[in-house]
Amino acid sequence: MQAKTLILATAALLALMTAAEARDQIKIVGSSTVYPFSTVVAEQFGKTSGFKTPVVESTGTGGGLKLFCAGADENSPDIANASRRIEPSEVAACATNGVKQITEVVIGYDGIVLANAKAGPTYTVTREQLFLATAKTVPQGGKLVPNPYKKWSEIDPGLPREDIVVFGPASNHGTRDAYVELVMQPACGKFPEIKALTGDARKVACDAIREDGAYVEVAENYTLILQKLLSQPHSVGILTFSYIDQNGDKIKAAMVDGQIATYDNIASMQYPVSRPLFFYVKKNHIGVIPGIKEYVAEFTSEKAFGKTGYLTDKGLIALPDADRKTEADKSKDWPNLQL
Amino acid sequence: MTEMVEQMRISAVAEKVEARLRKRYGVERRFRLYGVAAIAVALTFLAVLLFSVLSQGVSAFRQNEVRLAISFDPAVIDPDGRRDHAILANADYAALIRQALLAHFPDADDRTGRRELSRLMSQGAELELRKLVLSDPSVIGTRRELWLPVTAAVDQLAKGHISRAAEQGGQFSERELARFDVLVAQGLLQPRFNKWLFTQGDSRQPEMAGLLGAIVGSFYALVVTLALSFPLGVATAVYLEEFAGTNRWTDLVEVNINNLAAVPSIVFGLLGLEIFLNLFGLPRSAPFVGGLCLTLVSLPTIIIAARVSLKAVPPWIREAAVGLGASRLQVVSHHVLPLAMPGILTGTIIGMARAVGESAPLLMIGMVAFIVDVPATPMDPATALPVQIYLWAASPERAFIERTSAAILVLLCFLAAMNAAAIYLRKRFERRW
Repeated sequence: MQAKTLILATAALLALMTAAEARDQIKIVGSSTVYPFSTVVAEQFGKTSGFKTPVVESTGTGGGLKLFCAGADENSPDIANASRRIEPSEVAACATNGVKQITEVVIGYDGIVLANAKAGPTYTVTREQLFLATAKTVPQGGKLVPNPYKKWSEIDPGLPREDIVVFGPASNHGTRDAYVELVMQPACGKFPEIKALTGDARKVACDAIREDGAYVEVAENYTLILQKLLSQPHSVGILTFSYIDQNGDKIKAAMVDGQIATYDNIASMQYPVSRPLFFYVKKNHIGVIPGIKEYVAEFTSEKAFGKTGYLTDKGLIALPDADRKTEADKSKDWPNLQL
Repeated sequence: MTEMVEQMRISAVAEKVEARLRKRYGVERRFRLYGVAAIAVALTFLAVLLFSVLSQGVSAFRQNEVRLAISFDPAVIDPDGRRDHAILANADYAALIRQALLAHFPDADDRTGRRELSRLMSQGAELELRKLVLSDPSVIGTRRELWLPVTAAVDQLAKGHISRAAEQGGQFSERELARFDVLVAQGLLQPRFNKWLFTQGDSRQPEMAGLLGAIVGSFYALVVTLALSFPLGVATAVYLEEFAGTNRWTDLVEVNINNLAAVPSIVFGLLGLEIFLNLFGLPRSAPFVGGLCLTLVSLPTIIIAARVSLKAVPPWIREAAVGLGASRLQVVSHHVLPLAMPGILTGTIIGMARAVGESAPLLMIGMVAFIVDVPATPMDPATALPVQIYLWAASPERAFIERTSAAILVLLCFLAAMNAAAIYLRKRFERRW
């Protein structure tokens, strides 16, 4: 009797395990910046295509690519969302685990916005000033010193007399990488003290963000940044454009290098701090997991990522017309990733 | 003379005694006061928490809908009149809604007007119509008055959560606001019970987002947890308490069980990722795997509770049973275990309540994800209630703020029900000696 129950239970468990093997649902991991767009497409795709709705996990760009590259078998994700381009080291990691063929799709642009509460002061900054406010070491009197600035007005008398408090994403985050790449790196080259440096010393001087409490790392959660901004009106948050778009009644964007972050300014590349968003498709899963082709086609259709598509309602900045055509064609010929 | 001195001494002593007594009473009064203060502080925190969740979340249980006279035009839904399922499923229901709205607002019949009207009604309205037609094709050709949901932005406007004025970031044009006011004034736009919240899975459109997927996911995970941790926990406790002697090995086991109870739950998530996903190849995001991880979380609690209730069964019960010739197994299964069962069940329910509120282990095994479909089996991807709260809290759309609080309320209700069950079992079946 007891032996029988045991056999039955084992059989049931085995049945469950085999049932799990044939996956009929796309799995997507990656950037929390792409997550709002990816989920909208997934939902639309699930409602209209007859395929199951894809599962989308928000793991951050780095974590997502790690999962994506962990293996080529069915248990690994099919698509990785990324708010920065895949790095050569990640491509190599993919290749050693058998993921050799990847297709890269660019979905649009995202502006990185410095925002603060409507009740707070209005910030009009340059990227050099932002560098001085957030870098770990700053040039002063011909050499690099630990960042001494406590108030914005110490950097430039024209800036508000407020403490420097910047809430931004932590270092595993694609938005942080983009901030370093689009704000810190272009700005640091303008200081002769840093320009004189070479190699690693220059990289450290350009990339390191201060750790003395003025830059507060907030992990994976823009809503938390939003709440902090509202409770401290003089503090500044590093957010993506879709948050400004959805919460324009509570926070306002700072002007960077004379440009304000609006849809048109980002689309026309006038706003300096914007970056492309990507997703990566595992080619050996196409045809194995049903629906990948159709999902990518839905994502790159005009009604989704086009100029008046439903993704622009969520804050995505559409690519120029010619580029959209190239990306849309990728769901037919699946070109390999070229770094 | 000596008498007087004697009396003075006595009264001096009495005074000292009294002073000391007063001091002791004073100390006791203050001690009680500290206790009351401590309780008051705890209650205040609870009240603040409940108030903030309730005040934000209650409005999510009602959702604004518009009463529209929809004519189910056969030319739109089923042009060839064959009542073919595929054609009915893919018909242009948005056109029916647009027609009904245009009948109300004839002035909106231009390009911007049509766009504005499409921003009024939720996509859920189309799904409602489609469901109605598919379940009962005889409505085609008739005209019906229906309550259909508006978009989350309009819903938030009606609830006063976003401002009307454009300079404060309002998203609506003057004409849209005017139409909105007309609908409200005519009583055609009203808050009604938000059934979506309990019948749908997750969605990125807040007005259609529901908790059903998360509730079912939590349920599956809990069933797996209960099915594994209850027998394992009770068997461990019975063996350790009734059969194993005290030696170095049982001491070691005991210390380790107590240690496990204090391990942060994220560790069990990492363990689950390594063992269940990477080694056994079980699917990511499945509540079955979630249940396995939560078993590890709740097992120590259950073992400890079961051991305590087994210990509470007085030894003379065992002695009497042995005296009447019962074997040790009979002593345990006929007498000790039934008497200890209420306590064990209480401990199990409390362990389950801990498991249902746990989100950290689920993060590692991929249950923190956007999942629309309600899971049909424990192997399908699913979220759980605490995870859904986290996901909604991180969503940029304003309407998710109230839904986050509503989800917290639902989770609190489940926890309160489970704890009430535990208290009931204890009161009803517990025996004291």
